Amino acid sequence: MKLKLLNDKVFKNILIITTSIVLLIGVAFFITLILESTSSISKFGFKFFTSTDWDPVFEKFGALPFIVGTLLTSFLSLLIAFPFTFAIMVVLGEYFTKGFISEVLRYLTELISSIPSVVIGLWGLFFLVPAVRFFQITFGLQPYGVGIFTASLLLAFMIIPYAASIAKDAMRLVPKDLKEAAYSLGATRWEVIKQVMIPYSRSGIVAGILLALGRALGETMTVTMVIGNSHFIPKNLFSPGNTIASVIANEFTEATGDLYLSSLIYLALVLFLITALINLLGKYILKKIQINH
Amino acid sequence: MNKTSFRRIKNDTYKLGLILLTIISTVPFLLILFFVIKNGIAVINWEFLTSLPKPIGENGGGIINGLIGTGILIIIATIIAIPIGIITGVYLAEYPNNLLSNSVRIVSEIFQGVPSIVVGIIAYFWLVKPMGHFSALSGSFALALILLPMIIKSTEEMVKLVPADIKEASLSLGVPYYRSILKVIIPASLSGILTGALTGIARISGETAPLLFTAFGDSFFNINIFKPISSLPLLIFNYSISPYQAWWAKAWGISFLIVIFILILNILTRILYKKI
Amino acid sequence: MINSILKIENLSASYDDKVIIQNINLEFQKNKITAIMGPSGCGKTTLLRCLNRMHELTPNAKVSGKILLESTNLNDNFMELNSTDPILVRRRIGMVFQRPNPFPNLTIYQNVLAGYLLNGIKLKKQEADEIVEKHLNLVALWDEVKDNLKKHGTFLSGGQQQRLCIARALAMEPDVLLLDEPTSALDPISTQRIEDLIVELQKTVTIIIVTHNVGQAGRVSDFVAFLYLGDLIEYGLTDTIFTNPKNLQTEKFLTGKIS
Repeated sequence: MKLKLLNDKVFKNILIITTSIVLLIGVAFFITLILESTSSISKFGFKFFTSTDWDPVFEKFGALPFIVGTLLTSFLSLLIAFPFTFAIMVVLGEYFTKGFISEVLRYLTELISSIPSVVIGLWGLFFLVPAVRFFQITFGLQPYGVGIFTASLLLAFMIIPYAASIAKDAMRLVPKDLKEAAYSLGATRWEVIKQVMIPYSRSGIVAGILLALGRALGETMTVTMVIGNSHFIPKNLFSPGNTIASVIANEFTEATGDLYLSSLIYLALVLFLITALINLLGKYILKKIQINH
Repeated sequence: MNKTSFRRIKNDTYKLGLILLTIISTVPFLLILFFVIKNGIAVINWEFLTSLPKPIGENGGGIINGLIGTGILIIIATIIAIPIGIITGVYLAEYPNNLLSNSVRIVSEIFQGVPSIVVGIIAYFWLVKPMGHFSALSGSFALALILLPMIIKSTEEMVKLVPADIKEASLSLGVPYYRSILKVIIPASLSGILTGALTGIARISGETAPLLFTAFGDSFFNINIFKPISSLPLLIFNYSISPYQAWWAKAWGISFLIVIFILILNILTRILYKKI
Repeated sequence: MINSILKIENLSASYDDKVIIQNINLEFQKNKITAIMGPSGCGKTTLLRCLNRMHELTPNAKVSGKILLESTNLNDNFMELNSTDPILVRRRIGMVFQRPNPFPNLTIYQNVLAGYLLNGIKLKKQEADEIVEKHLNLVALWDEVKDNLKKHGTFLSGGQQQRLCIARALAMEPDVLLLDEPTSALDPISTQRIEDLIVELQKTVTIIIVTHNVGQAGRVSDFVAFLYLGDLIEYGLTDTIFTNPKNLQTEKFLTGKIS
């Protein structure tokens, strides 16, 4: 019988040790990023974010073009995605909450989010880029094809299902009696959606947008394939550019000097901190919604 | 026109418009599927599946190196992530509110949103740099780090779904705690945990960014996990940004294989999910 | 003749520093049915869960006092449960819960044998078959399920599930069986069958049943313990207490003025 208790102790220790290992990995992950970027941080400090020079030959590294590129692609993609996200949210959250159409749409959006980003990038490269180029020639713009706008389009397509499924869940949480109260006052369905459901599920919609933003900021492959990889601050939305993630993907294996590599890790650290913050905030909002229900 | 009918028309217009927007949002997906199937089927044949790539200029050649590589990468990543993930998930469900579990939950949540390229960097510094060269193992490790939080989360949720009195019933029969967990709680939540694992495996099977500087790629047949190894997503990337039309065709062929694989995993997941 | 099998001395229990029961002294008679009753929140379930050391599994739970169980060893008459391995305690004191809780991943057959299977105790096929048949018969379930032994327990009706859970507890051959409001989730017909079964079972096992249903306590029990706000107010023969309660609270409870 002693043996049985001993086993319980061993078992609990295994649980604790394994869980601690996961915690340790997380902490070590963060520390590694800080240690490996130290030489760049101490050399450039905060100027890293304001300088536009990215010159590996003279070992000068300024990240502004990539930060601008990341912000532009992310927010442009959010803007493009918004009307569609909103539409799916209302359609799946109110018009079709069960039944065939809802099932098909739900399955479709699930499938979209499971397509690897490299496949979406491939399609972007051979369909969207020529299409955008054609559009640019027609309107007398410089026919890059690749660039901020093309990348944003693809990103928008990738984040729509993610944001929509979170926002839709929030809409479905609207209490039935609240809706019925509005209907009984003679409101049309659209008026109920606009004046009751959307205000009620506002925080869920914000969480969906935040988490989608987190994805867009860090998405690497599709962006790398269609953004044009330029080290200059984009002149307009159709110019080629680079994001933090795409410059890391392109240059990490070629980074010869220590300072070069360290600057790339500095970028990675910034990306890590921003996405971590956005994700925690989004998840926190979702948790609060859950607790309230 | 009176006010009520105006409101009714507005109501109908919005509904129609929103449905239309929803339909439009699925068009790119259908286009992607169409392109992948059309261009993919054209290049898939026995040689494509079973032979090594040939140098540019020679016809034919295949992607067996990528197929084997992806298989090895996924299997090792799963072997690393599943036991750690399940054990940690059980801990989080059983001790939901102490310092350790709260911190691990935050770590796990952050990990779920970390851009996969950053995970690749970590695998580079922890495994590639100390070993002195790229390797399948480092690629698997990166993929395991992506898979791990997904398994932790689904295990925690599934174990919490098992009613508390099932565990109590087991304990009241004089069954020790560890046996109650292993023989009652985990079997009762197993299909849910597997669903989570399958979703995670579908996701890592298409991951490219974390492999760029870990598994790196290799154009020869390799099953040594301490050497660089090819993978299907890496091949798509490398072929698609190459200047050769023949390689572009191969990129479509590989995309077709991956999409089919993920579709099958998706269906399996659904079947499992229905059983819960 | 007084023949105690289980004794409680100065038992107190708390949870999150909130005292739930205090200074309880009780003796349970062998092969009799004792009902613990009282309004909800009086601590009756906690008292029951102390007896097989389940209460201490709740985080921040504390227990003090002595619980003594008649020893199987003839030399010392009683063993103190607090210093005994809880696993051993629970094998001698079985428990049935409020809601039927057969193991969802086990068949009916395996559910009866769960105590053996989950503890890794090896049984011969014939031995196992005998245990299953005997205990399903004891709970009057054998005829209803003998053709479906390979099916999962969750497909049975609520009343059948609860009888299966009783069979599962009895299969470990415990000396005492704890029932925690075993019929509160059941319909009247299933309830009646379980009550009949409980009366029948006292030949084989000592039964302690928690109930907030006065009628049920009157129908099945030989002894009654009445708890109020964590204190033991009255204890004695059911007939005596029901006809002539000494305490005002007991009388109020029995007549439905507090619940």
